[in-house]
Amino acid sequence: MFPLAIGPEAATLRHIGPGVLWVGALLASMLTLPRLFENDWRDGSLEHLVLSPHPLGLLVLGKIFAHWLVSGLPLVALAPLLGLQFDLPSDALGMLALSLLLGTPVLSCIGAIGAALTLGVRGGGVLVALLVLPLFVPVLVFGAGAVEALNSGLGAQAHISILLAMLLPAVFFSPWACSAALRIALE
Amino acid sequence: MTMRWFYYAAPQTFYGLAGRLWPWLAALALALTLAGLWVGFALAPADAQQGEGYRIIFVHVPVSWMSMVIYLAMAFWSVLGLTFNTRLSGMMTRALAPTGAIFAFLSLWTGALWGKPMWGAWWVWDARLTSELILFFLYLGYIALTSAIDDVRRADRAGALIAIVGAINVPIIYFSVKWWNTLHQGASVSLTRSPSMAQLMLWGMLLMALAMWVYTLAIVCYRVRTLIIERERHTDWVQALPEVAGAKA
Amino acid sequence: MRWESWSDFWFMGGYGLYVWGSMGMTALLLLVEMAQARLAHRRALALVRAEQSLENP
Repeated sequence: MFPLAIGPEAATLRHIGPGVLWVGALLASMLTLPRLFENDWRDGSLEHLVLSPHPLGLLVLGKIFAHWLVSGLPLVALAPLLGLQFDLPSDALGMLALSLLLGTPVLSCIGAIGAALTLGVRGGGVLVALLVLPLFVPVLVFGAGAVEALNSGLGAQAHISILLAMLLPAVFFSPWACSAALRIALE
Repeated sequence: MTMRWFYYAAPQTFYGLAGRLWPWLAALALALTLAGLWVGFALAPADAQQGEGYRIIFVHVPVSWMSMVIYLAMAFWSVLGLTFNTRLSGMMTRALAPTGAIFAFLSLWTGALWGKPMWGAWWVWDARLTSELILFFLYLGYIALTSAIDDVRRADRAGALIAIVGAINVPIIYFSVKWWNTLHQGASVSLTRSPSMAQLMLWGMLLMALAMWVYTLAIVCYRVRTLIIERERHTDWVQALPEVAGAKA
Repeated sequence: MRWESWSDFWFMGGYGLYVWGSMGMTALLLLVEMAQARLAHRRALALVRAEQSLENP
């Protein structure tokens, strides 16, 4: 859509491409968040999950992973194809896919906390967006920045390291925070 | 020592304490404001480069500092609230949020009004301005979340969680935006004055910063009293309050 | 005293709009905040009174 809207000038497209695709990743993650716990909550199975003897953190991690499979992974797989539309060179395509691979799970992790906090609350989708978008910003900055750094010849080592540094704590701590959020929501 | 703290953690005792404190704090805030404005506008000289326009820092820097301090305070009370499950912690966090949001907005507003004459643009994607904008949205998120949940206890605890998650992210957000900013070689503007700031300028700024801080303490004390009345209105002691019986506020 | 006259003070070396725009908005919002806090407090007291009169007509 973007090339059609903005015009086919290659240099412009190459410049905005990574950013556009990354914003797409943010939207994909955000728009599917409200449904993360909604259905389970409505039919009561969420309460069973919370009360079950299994550690809630693991169950939550499973849910987060499922969310990522639906919202993040498809984008990682499609990234090279989408990147071609923006006339990105092949090494940039690889970097784009890598940055999305490392970054989209973080979005799912953070987003899950937002989804849990807003369970059943009116204004759901917009409220979740308001809560998680500020927290998404660092991922966006370093994700899109990685591709730009590569394009401008600076090398994206640092960006990738930072994305990793965000991914690991996110995966470890968000199930815990998300469980706490679920317990708060279900009391 | 711990007993004293928990004594004041009871809404009834805190109500009395806050009631005695806030008028004095308000008076002190007023005095500091007048002193700060006097130093800043009557005594401090014009700046060599920015002329008289620099005087915006006498509000810009204090409100920016306070917007960050208040958020940290909110995170502090949130941790306390989730750990000790005290009702007052949730009230303190809620009482702080509107003031913090107002200061964050003022930081952006005064920053824009400072930026326009100095760098020719109302807005630049400077690291600090961008981080401040995100901080403003964090405040709005907290206020929206706590307003949207009807159950007071759940709202307090959900708000506490988002405040803590936000607080952890504030340094990360600042770092990431700073990084992004230098890479893009954007306007690398510095909102602080050079270290060789005239003594009077510094004094004016510090007095105003202190004034805003004391103001915050005063208004939060006042606001918490309102929250206590609303939430504890079914208790005997609230029903027996002289303010309730009399027609005055 | 730094200023020659009141008009100099308002003019603020050409930066009047920006300086007073900043000071003015700050003062305005803080005054509104104080007024709103007072209003909320009175409403809370009125709420308690209203509920009391419902219980003891």
